[in-house]
Amino acid sequence: MTPVTEVTDIPQPRQGDPEITPELVAEHGLSEEEYERILGILGRTPTFTELGIFSAMWSEHCGYKNSKRLLRLLPTEAPWVIQGPGENAGVIDVGDGLAIAFKIESHNHPSAVEPYQGAATGVGGILRDIFTMGARPIAVLDSLRFGDLDSGRVRYLLAGVVKGIGDYGNCVGIPNIGGEVFFDRAYEGNPLVNAMAIGLMKREELILGEATGVGNTLMAVGARTGRDGIHGATFASEELSEDADEASRPRVQVGDPFTEKLLLEASLELIRSGHIVGIQDMGAAGLTSSASEMAGRGGSGVVLEMADVPVREEGMTPYEILLSESQERMLVVAERGKEHEVRKILEKWELEAEPVGEVTDDGRFRILEHGAVVADIPALPLTDGCPTYEREGIEGEEVKAAREMDLSSFLEPEGDLTPIFLELLGSPNLTSKRWIYEQYDTTVRTGTVIRPGGDAGVIRLRGTKKGIAATTDCNGRYCWLDPREGAKAAVAEAARNVVCAGALPTAVTNNLNFGNPLKPHIYHQLREAVLGMAEACSLFETPVTGGNVSLFNETDGVAIYPTPVIGMVGILDDVEAHATSAAFQAQGDVILLLGENREEIGGSEYLYRTQGMVAGKPPVVDLLAERRLQHGVLGLIQRGLVRSAHDCAEGGLAFALLESALGDGSQAFGVDVELHDRLAPVALFFGETTGRVVVSCAPEDEADVLEAARGFGIPVRVLGHVTAPDGAFSMRTPRGSLQIEMSALAERYFGTLPALMERTEPAPEAGVQEEF
Amino acid sequence: MRVAVLTFPGSNCDYDCYQALKTLGGFEPEFRWHRDRELGDVDAVMIPGGFSYGDYLRPGAIARFSPILEAVADFARAGGPVVGICNGFQVLCEAGLLPGALLRNESLRFRSFPVHIRVETTRTPFTSTYAKGQVLQIPIAHGDGNYHATPETLAELEGEDRIVFRYCTPKGALSPEANPNGSAHHIAGILNETRNVLGMMPHPERAVEKILGSTDGTGLFTSLRSHLQGAAA
Repeated sequence: MTPVTEVTDIPQPRQGDPEITPELVAEHGLSEEEYERILGILGRTPTFTELGIFSAMWSEHCGYKNSKRLLRLLPTEAPWVIQGPGENAGVIDVGDGLAIAFKIESHNHPSAVEPYQGAATGVGGILRDIFTMGARPIAVLDSLRFGDLDSGRVRYLLAGVVKGIGDYGNCVGIPNIGGEVFFDRAYEGNPLVNAMAIGLMKREELILGEATGVGNTLMAVGARTGRDGIHGATFASEELSEDADEASRPRVQVGDPFTEKLLLEASLELIRSGHIVGIQDMGAAGLTSSASEMAGRGGSGVVLEMADVPVREEGMTPYEILLSESQERMLVVAERGKEHEVRKILEKWELEAEPVGEVTDDGRFRILEHGAVVADIPALPLTDGCPTYEREGIEGEEVKAAREMDLSSFLEPEGDLTPIFLELLGSPNLTSKRWIYEQYDTTVRTGTVIRPGGDAGVIRLRGTKKGIAATTDCNGRYCWLDPREGAKAAVAEAARNVVCAGALPTAVTNNLNFGNPLKPHIYHQLREAVLGMAEACSLFETPVTGGNVSLFNETDGVAIYPTPVIGMVGILDDVEAHATSAAFQAQGDVILLLGENREEIGGSEYLYRTQGMVAGKPPVVDLLAERRLQHGVLGLIQRGLVRSAHDCAEGGLAFALLESALGDGSQAFGVDVELHDRLAPVALFFGETTGRVVVSCAPEDEADVLEAARGFGIPVRVLGHVTAPDGAFSMRTPRGSLQIEMSALAERYFGTLPALMERTEPAPEAGVQEEF
Repeated sequence: MRVAVLTFPGSNCDYDCYQALKTLGGFEPEFRWHRDRELGDVDAVMIPGGFSYGDYLRPGAIARFSPILEAVADFARAGGPVVGICNGFQVLCEAGLLPGALLRNESLRFRSFPVHIRVETTRTPFTSTYAKGQVLQIPIAHGDGNYHATPETLAELEGEDRIVFRYCTPKGALSPEANPNGSAHHIAGILNETRNVLGMMPHPERAVEKILGSTDGTGLFTSLRSHLQGAAA
């Protein structure tokens, strides 16, 4: 590039750029107040290019303007946190000189209009966030929400999203170790696709997204810049409408996992080479956000020459180049004089690296086109000066009514409740997700100790005794009925899942999926959920090290359930000895329940499935009791006393027992269990009371388990026994019973989702896929 | 014993093969880059799984033109043992070192889970430490594993005892339900005519440690080791 260090020219409008009008400002998603602030920062009218830059950086997606103040309430620090929020990913110390980087991110809107590419690029983006920290990705998880599967459109979305996640992750070669999927009509028009990734590095290999060292060279690395995904960040910050599909598809990016794999190897080699000082993914808002954020964090400035950016097509304007979200691109800051070495590493991996600018000391984000200034903005106000809002939050009337509803009549069924059990086995929320995770490579990298299908996935850290457990959790129904309690429940469940796998919960990444925060009842949900999350994360000592906010998840004015997804990681000190599966291990083993039963059916799948209702108070979360329980379960596992441990969640105790009996499907044990509680049998069987874990142990260890559990101060009792493979499932209470052959249960448990997905009637909108 | 592990752009099981060889001992694995023209002084070659060249065109279709494949073909013609796993199997078929082709899975979906395979022959450098009829549990992870060949080729493979592994039930029975991809004759792995080139879809390198859920893949490596020791003696 032509060295330009003394440019003081005021940017002039480019020929062909539209005139800045109030309408144009509004189209860019900027309010009058925000536009006033831009005028104040610049001291003049922005150029079209500058307007585009502000629009992207001050979108909700990049600027967090409606959530930033709330996010400050979350606990983010602990001695083991190396990097908290604000970087590409959070990083925690796991001992042995190692650290893990991890983060979750949403790709909801792109997946709603183009499920395959939307989901695929979601995985691509989160992987880049991990390896730009210097970490090699070692696992991915996915947290998904869809409408009910009787809609052809929903089946098309699920099939496309799963294939997109699978094709991308499989090709790059990162095992998928878990996640969750939940179906409810609230997500019909606006599915949620949240992808989480975990990477491993040596502590000293950590590198940050900072532009430092005046005169160092900015280089565009990886794929070329095209016209795809322009304004993706702004798109992600709007509501969807019925006709948005067609118009919005060009704003969805297209992924290429092969290039990603090359970029991954090249980036790690580059970082280890010592030739670069900073690196960042060109993700949302592309070159604009990567360059300005790196300048902001480095306390420096940058100047970029648009003519030097490698492009896919002729005639791209600075506006387009700056806002393109073409995938598999990185911005690196190379040590001055090392550009050739950087290029050589990229060439080995058949990729390009071109100098596009340099680091300056003037604190400005300056864009040139053939030497002429087209944008000149102070970097810090651009990245950190986005106005933040505290909105009015008022609980919606509809929710209040639903929560206060009297559910006593639904507690009445007594006697043989097997027919209800069978009805619930028709729900994809309660049955096996094997149809999904079988499409993901779960064992590549030969580190997977516990595969998807249980509570949390577990991977070992080669060369150490350690392992990492990870899970994602959130029940949107609970959060709709009571956002604060629902968010607490999500954190508690995530921690419980990690504990059941044998790990100590360590840190959290979160994905806040909500509707339009300008509506008081949505802002209320957001605030309450953050407060609940903060309380639970503080108590469990699991700081939030980063994450993602996805607002405006609405279709034609109707919001999704508030869905603050918790991605939690935990550490196993001795993975070989402590990794614990949810599956029963041997006939004759004793089944025990830790925790207490309560008569709760609010927000349950039982109500949704049998009554079509989402109502009542969600299960109470007693955080102190929960912490005691988890401490105890981990203690039992570490003492080698239990052979399986499984969290009791959706579908209640009956489904927890069924899942433990079925395991991965290779063998189905029978279950013989008796409860003496006088509670309503539907609540005992299917109620979703939290704070409960089902464990099994060898008969000779029963007394020790009981004694140890009491020592930990947790309620414990023997429920019954694991019986012969392919025996019966028998569960009895004083007022009701479930009695059925395991073979019949297994068939339904594993057959429900495939049967729903392989329906023969045409999915009416599925043809959309062919229209490209 | 030195084993070359090939790395193409897009290979993603190269490191796993390398680690399995290291873990089981007696091997000195070395990576070979797709642009290398020489294998060097090695005793065996492993072509790992992954998505070489992004599976563009067809899995394995571009890798067969890489410079290193010529060296592998020479090595195989000279009788050197070559194992292709998953994408490696696809590459060997595309390169004509093994007969037949691997089509899209019958379900048209990628499939990843542990399967059972039956050892059909122990007259190979790769299965001599197994028992004939032994059932192994080994993971698969592929979208294109549906083995296809002409009736003549299939008859030849059967007649010459060149089918090494077949998908089966845990008890060793052949059934459509136990065939994860629709492969002809339930084929999971085959040999070339001279019995020194093996292609297989399941991943033995993912089943060599108890912590990974199965050690049934170990026999492949120990067989190869004793074959090479025999050759050296």
